[in-house]
Amino acid sequence: MNILVCLSHVPDTTTKVKFVDGKELNKTGVQWIINPWDELALTRALELKEGSGRKIKKVTVVNVGPKTTEPTIRKALAIGADNAIRINKEPLDAFSVANEILEVINKGDYQLIFTGIESSDYNSNSVGGILADLVGINSVSAVSGVDFENDSFKIKREIDGGYELVNVVLPAVLTVQKGIAINPRIPAMRGIMMAKRKPLQVVEPCNVEPLLEYVGYEMPKAKAACKYVETANELIDLLHNEAKVI
Amino acid sequence: MILIYTENWDGKFKKLTYELVSYGSELAKQLNTNVVALSIGMVEDAELKTLGKYGASKVISINNDKLNTFDTQTYSTIISQIAERESANTIIIANNNIGKAISPRLSAKLKAGLVSGVENLPTSIAPFTVQKKVFTGKAYANIVIKSDIKILTLFQNSFGIIEADKDIEIENYNPADINLGTTVLETHKAGGKLLLGDAEIVVSGGRGMKTAENWKPIEELAELLGAGTACSRPVSDEGWRPHDEHVGQTGKIIAPNLYFAFGISGAIQHLGGVSSSKCIVAVNTDKDAPIFEAANYGLIGDARTILPEMIAAITKLKNS
Repeated sequence: MNILVCLSHVPDTTTKVKFVDGKELNKTGVQWIINPWDELALTRALELKEGSGRKIKKVTVVNVGPKTTEPTIRKALAIGADNAIRINKEPLDAFSVANEILEVINKGDYQLIFTGIESSDYNSNSVGGILADLVGINSVSAVSGVDFENDSFKIKREIDGGYELVNVVLPAVLTVQKGIAINPRIPAMRGIMMAKRKPLQVVEPCNVEPLLEYVGYEMPKAKAACKYVETANELIDLLHNEAKVI
Repeated sequence: MILIYTENWDGKFKKLTYELVSYGSELAKQLNTNVVALSIGMVEDAELKTLGKYGASKVISINNDKLNTFDTQTYSTIISQIAERESANTIIIANNNIGKAISPRLSAKLKAGLVSGVENLPTSIAPFTVQKKVFTGKAYANIVIKSDIKILTLFQNSFGIIEADKDIEIENYNPADINLGTTVLETHKAGGKLLLGDAEIVVSGGRGMKTAENWKPIEELAELLGAGTACSRPVSDEGWRPHDEHVGQTGKIIAPNLYFAFGISGAIQHLGGVSSSKCIVAVNTDKDAPIFEAANYGLIGDARTILPEMIAAITKLKNS
């Protein structure tokens, strides 16, 4: 049994984003990280493998990106992934990215595929579900926990006001969110050394046409300055009479 | 035709449902077409008919016990069948747990471009251009959907509701063979608690509250205002509050009419989850805390002493 974890390479979450002529992200000075949800997914995948009594053989990571994403992929290998695949293409939209990963799944043997519920850059919540449908397998969204018991996976998914524990026919795509792992695993020195020798396979893209085109970017309108008050009474009065929100 | 998936909660629709239908109706005016709603589950005719008040001209109702289990593959297959049968050119779904699960599968089935989390009508119909927040609220992207069929998920509490009385027809539909890939083993649901996404007012606390015990006045204020309670990430990490109350980049993203931040410094990740709130009130001892840059109203002081004063002031207001 093998697990595939899909990785997005994203700007650090504290980045003050800027754009070049409102057309593309200004990458100058940007620190890149593994998308936070993907990093949690990888952490949980490794925990599952370690606790499976060798039933889960391999955790593979895949990324769609140009060569500049390799440090991010190496970090995933340093955290503990067994091998990595990079599909050599600038990601354009969720549909085209999912089509690239489809090829990897068709050629591999994965029972569980993890994707983060969204990437912290384009916030689309799309790749996991599109991928599941293209492969023709089940998907569970808003997954906040997975356990491996008696050779099957018990999945915790968030619902309005609570959660459900579910089983799903495998193979399946799980789109995971907060809760799937407590904290992301941090690479140790030994892992960093080993990562250099782990296989990172580069495959050429199939170039499916995207359905979306990102034509430009705008910054949010500057908001009015904060109005300071001295007392609770004054605040409540303004919320009632000026903002009319209570 | 614009198809809207109208989820129900124990047979009832919510403000969110009517917001979706209102959005669809306004878009239908631009596209010169009509709005059809799709309901899955046991919903009484009287409830289905309320969709007409917001501009739906037809509702297709599917009621089958097997569909009490939410299986993403099954639900998206049914919705895509209806979309094809009705020749839908636009599909609108809520940007919530269910919508996030279904919409990408529909995108693949129908080769339809999906933009999730829109807040407004398209800025242009030809080419079909919509705007959405990216980089977790730090910027907007303008996105052209190039496919014939378009799918949009609407960010809750962003568009509002617009009444448009229409005669509505109900059609019952039975889907062919249903094969569920998901089995629900257990359901855990806290009854009665206001869902954060539905709350029009949210009262939230951060590390400045110091201990879990200090949450009592936050809960009291929330109850007084009919509000939801939330917290910043360190608070849920410490276990002072449950994880489902965490708002911010990696938690829930909300857009209430009024957001109270007590003892929250306003890290960029937190602001990403609350910056769409219509009015933000910050109470913090640190006058340089970044939360004040995002706030509409600010009070520099200790949230623990200000909270009881606010409760007293609101009680007085309610009694006047």
